[in-house]
Amino acid sequence: MTYLPKPKLHHPELPKNDLGYTRRDYEGSISTLCAGCGHDSISAAIIHACYELALPPHRIAKLSGIGCSSKTPTYFLGASHGFNSVHGRMPSVLTGAAAANRDLIYLGVSGDGDSASIGLGQFAHAMRRGVNMTYIVENNGVYGLTKGQFSATADRGAKNKKGATNQDAPIDMISMAMLLGASFVGRSFSGDKTQLVPLIKAALAHKGPAFIDVISPCVTFNNHEGSTKSYDYVREHNEAVNFLDVILGRQEITVDYSPGSVEVVRQHDGSLIKLRKINSEYDVNDKIAAMEYVQKHQSKGEIVTGLLYVDSDSQDMHDHLGTSSTPLNAMDDAALVPGSAALAKLNASLR
Amino acid sequence: MESSDIRNPDYFHKVVDCQYACPAHTPVPEYIRQIAAGRYADAYMVNWRSNLFPGILGRVCDRPCEPACRRGRVEEEPVAICRLKRVAADNKGDVLSMMPEPAAFNGKTIACVGAGPASLAVARDLALAGYKVVVFDGNAEAGGFVRQQIPKFRLPNEVIDEEVGYITRLGVEIRTNSYITSMRALLAEGFDAIFVGSGAPRGRELDAPGRWEAAANIHIGIDWLASVSFGHTKSVGKRVIVLGGGNTAMDCCRSARRLGGEDVKVIVRSGYEEMKASPWEKEDAIKEDIPIINMRVPKNVVHEDGKLVGMNFEIVRAVYDDKGRRSLVPTGEPDEFHAADDIIVAIGQENSFPWIEPDCGITFDRWGLPRLNPDTLQSTLPQVFFGGDAAFGPKNVIWAVAHGHQAAISIDKFCQGEDVTERPPLGITLVSQKMGIHEWSYDNAVSIDLRFKVPHAEKDVVLRDIYAEVELGFDREMAFKEAQRCLNCDVETVFAPKLCIECDACVDICPVDCLTFTTDAESEADLRLKLNAPARNLEQALYVATGLKTGNIMVKDEDVCLHCGMCAERCPTGAWDMQTFLLDQPQVVDLKQKKCQGAHSHGVPA
Repeated sequence: MTYLPKPKLHHPELPKNDLGYTRRDYEGSISTLCAGCGHDSISAAIIHACYELALPPHRIAKLSGIGCSSKTPTYFLGASHGFNSVHGRMPSVLTGAAAANRDLIYLGVSGDGDSASIGLGQFAHAMRRGVNMTYIVENNGVYGLTKGQFSATADRGAKNKKGATNQDAPIDMISMAMLLGASFVGRSFSGDKTQLVPLIKAALAHKGPAFIDVISPCVTFNNHEGSTKSYDYVREHNEAVNFLDVILGRQEITVDYSPGSVEVVRQHDGSLIKLRKINSEYDVNDKIAAMEYVQKHQSKGEIVTGLLYVDSDSQDMHDHLGTSSTPLNAMDDAALVPGSAALAKLNASLR
Repeated sequence: MESSDIRNPDYFHKVVDCQYACPAHTPVPEYIRQIAAGRYADAYMVNWRSNLFPGILGRVCDRPCEPACRRGRVEEEPVAICRLKRVAADNKGDVLSMMPEPAAFNGKTIACVGAGPASLAVARDLALAGYKVVVFDGNAEAGGFVRQQIPKFRLPNEVIDEEVGYITRLGVEIRTNSYITSMRALLAEGFDAIFVGSGAPRGRELDAPGRWEAAANIHIGIDWLASVSFGHTKSVGKRVIVLGGGNTAMDCCRSARRLGGEDVKVIVRSGYEEMKASPWEKEDAIKEDIPIINMRVPKNVVHEDGKLVGMNFEIVRAVYDDKGRRSLVPTGEPDEFHAADDIIVAIGQENSFPWIEPDCGITFDRWGLPRLNPDTLQSTLPQVFFGGDAAFGPKNVIWAVAHGHQAAISIDKFCQGEDVTERPPLGITLVSQKMGIHEWSYDNAVSIDLRFKVPHAEKDVVLRDIYAEVELGFDREMAFKEAQRCLNCDVETVFAPKLCIECDACVDICPVDCLTFTTDAESEADLRLKLNAPARNLEQALYVATGLKTGNIMVKDEDVCLHCGMCAERCPTGAWDMQTFLLDQPQVVDLKQKKCQGAHSHGVPA
């Protein structure tokens, strides 16, 4: 951690996005996490992604639970809405916010403890319901705040810092998310921004529950020999299926097609995801095949990364429920409280 | 790509832009930190060792360091390095106890011709090492150009007296009113070596019809300034034209304002931007109600029976050919007449050695400059060395001092029978500044203040008294704030690839995006295209480190690094460290000491 402030001076040629903001305008306070924490790299990737998409900071809501990961929203998007909720309860707070105001861009940030242990049920139901959000799990395999016990995502056979071996089966959040109805699923590594930044951009542009599992080494408690979430291990076992570029609707599409290696996915907002395939067989639209592929490689100790599954015709919770397109805070009192006559009419219709 | 050779003294020296740009390579950030810490005497001594005249240079230096200052690249204006130097001189108190004592007489006697900055630098370096030095000067007081040509309202006599005094107290003998008229005679006196630091003493003549008819009221700038300086000239006409666009022209016009000139103007051939005068000197002149009129070529002097009336000027404009060469082309407008009671000609200085006999063994080139080895400053007559303006034509005080140091080394080697061309190597020392967790021994918080302005005395006061100093200098509080603008470029980011785990913490925190981890590249040009932020300043190095576990390379663009140390602060493995770079630039007396101590090694931590 540090308390030394980051100097305000920036590169003299720091570019501005369409809103006139520099990347530095999307930063938050200085991080108090351990120096070298993977989470800080994810924060930096989120800053890059929001800057590049030219998202208005005041239209973003960042929500989190408890843990090292859940501290990070303080360190990015300093001008956005933030809610630091109860442990594991970020998904339900986010669901409520999304139900009330569908116009904001929802970014849920959680960790493996927050989402795979105490908040596992919350995670599952937010996915099922199809809440329109980007859900990032900063996954380091340990409880860093309580000094490095194995978390629920630690691989069986992994060693902790003291040398003890994990005997429990790991929770695979990628497969769970696909199974539970997430319409955008990806995995990446905090140490690889070329893959992570476009993945976050594509997720932010996606309609419906977008889930990204980011392996994020805990530099203090899980970066040793025998760990399966250390910088070295993840680099050695990273099995990327693709890299992607996100092309915004207004940008000219100059895709350099070489058959079989590039695939373009169109999303609801008109943005395009240009997939540069590493594995030409891999089909991001086939959920069953994706699950099989991930499982197969997992059993070999490989970590499959990239955009793993996307449903480009996805719907979200508001579509399922047929809710009003106007956020609640934009409705007048008459619309919000239609009165007892309207209630009686509704009740009568259900008898 | 190959890793950068950070053990080469030049690598980090170049990163300390101010020090590298300074001809004398004064360790600027080092003394600025001392000023911030209130250690004025220490700051003075750092300067004194390197440039001898902190008080003088803190007022009149040409400041090659400031345009080089990194602050000017990451923000708007450089640190006011020169005026901070003056703060050290103004507040130092008694430094005599810190001054070194000369070594015992070594039996060798050296003559210096001219008592300007170059000769005085030679004299100090050699006197400390045990040489007897005799300095000859034709004027009544030592100092040369800084005494005669720089007006007192910019540089008071007391400052010169004090700093010349620190040299004479070492036993240097200064023979004033002793103009050397013959090199042959001087050679015959039996000195072991002779240093010529006689400056560029001749002002360039005005070549225009009427010049000699109206000679009584047409003055050569540097001669006129000397006459003002020694009190011989006490007044000037009400309407004065100063010809020329250099610093001497600025000194002439401002002096004229103080001697009764009411309508004083500077008229220059070139455009305002191309004028040789330092920007701040032009500003100071304009502030004293002196208009600068550009693009006017002197045509003829107008006089009535030898009484000056004024001058005609042809109006021109600048035209550039495809090679970028400028020519001044008449616009065709009618000539412009400016009335004047006096004209001061400050259009350049020339070298002149009427006292060196053509057959005494010293050869000159066709521009009248001595043929010298540019590194040793030795002339074609082995025991004669040149420095300052006398060596390569008019430059400035800090160059003269730099020449003085080099000439002193040459003279020492010559007198000891060593090879003059073998120059002492530069050494470096790198010392980690980490004190503990989150603790660095330097103040690395980057101030976002803009440059502070030096307070000036009231205009109507200074225009009435030619001895009243215009600049008042920073007070201690302002000096502290200005000193905090220094980015400590001598505290270097040193990278140890073996320790790096490529967690990206440094890349994420770097406020100026100067760090990149990337795959290897074929050439530096390719590499520059792969960086996280544009690196278009080709003058500045890329720090490349290979040997990372992943096969990637670390690239740092030195151009806009703030030396804030955040990379080292955020590094979990200590792969980045902040280390102070000290350039070991030997002077004569150090070489002597080293010889006594035996070999001296300077290691760079791996």
